[in-house]
Amino acid sequence: MAEPSLRRDGAWVGASVPRREDPRLLAGRGRFVDDIALPGMLHAQFVRSTEAHAEVLGVDLSEVRAVPGVVAAYSAADLDLRDITALLDRPATEFVPTAMPVLARDKVRYVGEPVAIVVAKDAYAAEDGVEAAIVEYAPLEPVVSDLGALAEGAPLVHAEAPRNTLVDVSLFATEGIDAVFAAADTVVEVRSKTGRQNALPLETRGVVAEWDDRDEQLRVQTCTQVPHQVRTVLAQCVGLDEKQVRVTVPDMGGGFGQKCVVGREEIAAAAAALRLRRPVKWIEDRRDALTAAFLAREQRYAVRAAFSASGEILALDADVLCDMGAYSCYPFTAGIEPLMASAEMPGVYRIPAYRVRGRAVTTNKAPTAPYRGVSRPQYVMVMERVMEKAARALGMDAVELRRRNVITVFPYTGVNAITYDPGSYLESLDLCEQTLRDEGWFSRRTAEDKVLGIGFACFSERTGYGSDAFAQRRMQVVPGFDISEIRMDLDGTVSVTTGTLSHGQSHETTMAQIVADRLGVPYDRVKIVQGDTDRITYGWGSFASRSITIGGSAVAAASVKLGDQLREIAAHLLGGDPEAAVLAEGGVRVGDSWLSYPEIADVAYLKAHLLPKGVGPGLQATASFDVAGDGTFSNATHGVVVELDPGTGGVEILRYVCVEDCGVAIHPQVVEGQARGGIAQGIAGALFEEVRYDDAGQPLAPSFMEYKVPTAAEIPDVRIEHLETPCAFTESGAKGAGEGGTIGAPAAVLNAVNDALRHTGIELDDTPIPREAIFRALEVSR
Amino acid sequence: MKPAAFEYHRAHTAAGAVELLTELGDDAKLIAGGQSLVAMMNFRLARPEHLVDITHVDSLRGITVDGSRLRIGALTTHREVEKAGLGVLSAAMRWVGHLPIRTRGTVGGSIAHADATAEWCLLAVLFDARIVAEGPSGVRELRASDFFLGPFTTALEPDELITELVFPHPLPRAALTEYADRRGDFALVAAAVSVEAERVVLGGVGPVPVVATGRDAAAIAGALDLRDEPGISAHYRRGLVRTLVTRAYEEAGRG
Repeated sequence: MAEPSLRRDGAWVGASVPRREDPRLLAGRGRFVDDIALPGMLHAQFVRSTEAHAEVLGVDLSEVRAVPGVVAAYSAADLDLRDITALLDRPATEFVPTAMPVLARDKVRYVGEPVAIVVAKDAYAAEDGVEAAIVEYAPLEPVVSDLGALAEGAPLVHAEAPRNTLVDVSLFATEGIDAVFAAADTVVEVRSKTGRQNALPLETRGVVAEWDDRDEQLRVQTCTQVPHQVRTVLAQCVGLDEKQVRVTVPDMGGGFGQKCVVGREEIAAAAAALRLRRPVKWIEDRRDALTAAFLAREQRYAVRAAFSASGEILALDADVLCDMGAYSCYPFTAGIEPLMASAEMPGVYRIPAYRVRGRAVTTNKAPTAPYRGVSRPQYVMVMERVMEKAARALGMDAVELRRRNVITVFPYTGVNAITYDPGSYLESLDLCEQTLRDEGWFSRRTAEDKVLGIGFACFSERTGYGSDAFAQRRMQVVPGFDISEIRMDLDGTVSVTTGTLSHGQSHETTMAQIVADRLGVPYDRVKIVQGDTDRITYGWGSFASRSITIGGSAVAAASVKLGDQLREIAAHLLGGDPEAAVLAEGGVRVGDSWLSYPEIADVAYLKAHLLPKGVGPGLQATASFDVAGDGTFSNATHGVVVELDPGTGGVEILRYVCVEDCGVAIHPQVVEGQARGGIAQGIAGALFEEVRYDDAGQPLAPSFMEYKVPTAAEIPDVRIEHLETPCAFTESGAKGAGEGGTIGAPAAVLNAVNDALRHTGIELDDTPIPREAIFRALEVSR
Repeated sequence: MKPAAFEYHRAHTAAGAVELLTELGDDAKLIAGGQSLVAMMNFRLARPEHLVDITHVDSLRGITVDGSRLRIGALTTHREVEKAGLGVLSAAMRWVGHLPIRTRGTVGGSIAHADATAEWCLLAVLFDARIVAEGPSGVRELRASDFFLGPFTTALEPDELITELVFPHPLPRAALTEYADRRGDFALVAAAVSVEAERVVLGGVGPVPVVATGRDAAAIAGALDLRDEPGISAHYRRGLVRTLVTRAYEEAGRG
């Protein structure tokens, strides 16, 4: 584990400094949404559909309003809000939009869909009120699986989406690919299905909203990763000007993508607050979080890969089918998973021919939103199974097969029209294998009873998607840039805005480190301002590992601009050349003289007549940053050792090694934390978690008894080794670091389990891996 | 997940608790550690109108040896037993939930709740422990082998309160082991064995703990009437029984 330290080579960047967030969080003095209590605040809960698919014949809230403690109850008809609709700029043959109503109107499409909001004096009364609602449903046949959605004569979840298909795009089809397959020495096939998962942030979703007359604003405090997007959608839904809506974000207990989409409940609660002219709080309870929140990761792959006799991959043909649930999420749409998989599946390998079809189907399940990694955990798992199966078919070592195929010369433009910037794919593979070898695992694997297995995952992940990269998705709203505004106060301390949104990633610390290096001030004199739509011109929030690459580059650029101002003023005051002025030790040195920042600020604010001509009063600057081209690729190799228990089918992870490269690490301890947390989530997907439904579409995992989130007892200690291939175009040389853990873990674990089953002739390609399947496989071979 | 409204009552003696139960009738439930009840109330699966808190009834605490009887007060927590050096009883406590649960959950609560996979239910049946209950007509002793009637159903009357459990002293050589995908989960299958008597009690194979005899784990597993269930087939469950009975005998032999 990276040791805390103050400086690395005289710089703040690269050091694991004490976090700015920790004093308040560790003392229990943070402010999360549920900590907020406003005078006269009411509590909201939702009447939710008990049917997976039904027409709504009537919503009777008369008894609700009579429950003691209930102040109001509203249905869709009462609130009359505009729907939330996400769009892609693609033809109808490729994309069918689905309007998501804030409260369901004439149809419900998943168990848990919000139908009415009940507002009461406390959360207990709100639930009492919810129980008194009478909703009349005319049940329809539900669609509860991806194959069921596509079946001939299947009921339609949305009348406007034939065959329940929301997205059907073939991004690539190399000419002549069929001939390549026909002529190939070896063709392997992988069919794989991954389970539906819940990002499961520790803090559930929630909001406190109130209309403020003095500011003429609907003030919304919510744990969202995308405050500006919530503002826009909310203003449109309720019919207010954008400046009449202010969204602020307090401390957050995780998001992982579930909170980077606009939720219906936050809109409904804000609308109720507006209507009642009283503050309204909604905190999602755990049962709703497990059944009615946005879900992810349910995908089905049918993949073929052609190999030469010496193990070079010649072609890849993939069909990706994603179960996206009942609606497109905003702003990403149901395209988020299939388009990510289609665009990026070749990954770290040199693949000359590629064909892919990516589809999203709609089913009667809670809708899919991005979840850390987004499709990459799935397609990396499939590609790494391809490598393992090809190695077996070719009689080759699986690591050696990867060596023959990873990209080693950069920049590399792939068959998927993406240009990959330099990375350490081969180096991470070699170091990971060597580390496990040095620890003696390969010897143990050979010598031990036939239940030990070693598995690898070698992968890259695109981070820092700029506008160009997002534009390829053809989203109607194109994220990508960040704008940062920096201001120095009279005392020489600095505050910096960022449009990104730290929901646990330590930006208050890491971005301060970046600014501290540029301006020569201690990092704890730098305040990072985020999560306030009034104070931040515009932002995209945090997702897709964009914060340090893009947000960090924007704060760096703003710092440099401010630095230029400071040098110009100092040079003028001291009589020197601004070009020769240097920022140092909390001031500016010009020749042998030095002025502190407070002294310069004194002039800039209080003695403006002394400023140089052409330099305005005050000390502030604005800068933006965007990424032209294809972003920057982090990479890693994960190596996992598992031991299976033939008596029970149980799996124990004996060792987990992660060799990761995210370019320059701003704060190594933070990077390791990101890797460990992501790995835990990846292990969860491989071995434990699944959101399941019965044939009627009723959720089968409404509590932690059935939704098996792994505890600390199930997650091994992870050995993390770092490589550093700096990014050429971000200000700090950093690449994104947030998602790699989740991306590599399922593949490495699945491969390890299959390696442990190598004597049985049975291969398992679906996750979560059922223990019974392992038990049966080992039983047969005993 | 907030419970429905209820009235809170506090008992200070066992007789007082019985009085409250009699007076309040079917709408009343006892609450001690709350580790099963509170979760059910928060889901609104249980909606008692009255809760009778017995945590202040000190006579229900304590572990004593009385000749050949080991007496464990109903309010004894799993954690207290874990630390009390009581052989297989203490060793088995590592399977009960997680440590925080063990510091609040009680022996009496577990027996009264009668989950067929619960460690205390299996141990009680293994040793044919006595369950001492107090009701309006006085105190009676029930045998564990007659106590568990069905899933979450016992021979206890609605106005009765478990006051203590009585195990044989000294405890014969025995062990309990179980399997679940995660540490601390309810067992898929649990097996408790008593070595000299060659007595086996299984959890997870029926609505109540199931008794078998002998050391042939395969035969014991083979004799069970099991059904396929979603996610776990009869074949797999049988395999787990075979594995766990074998391992329980191994562990008991080492002890």
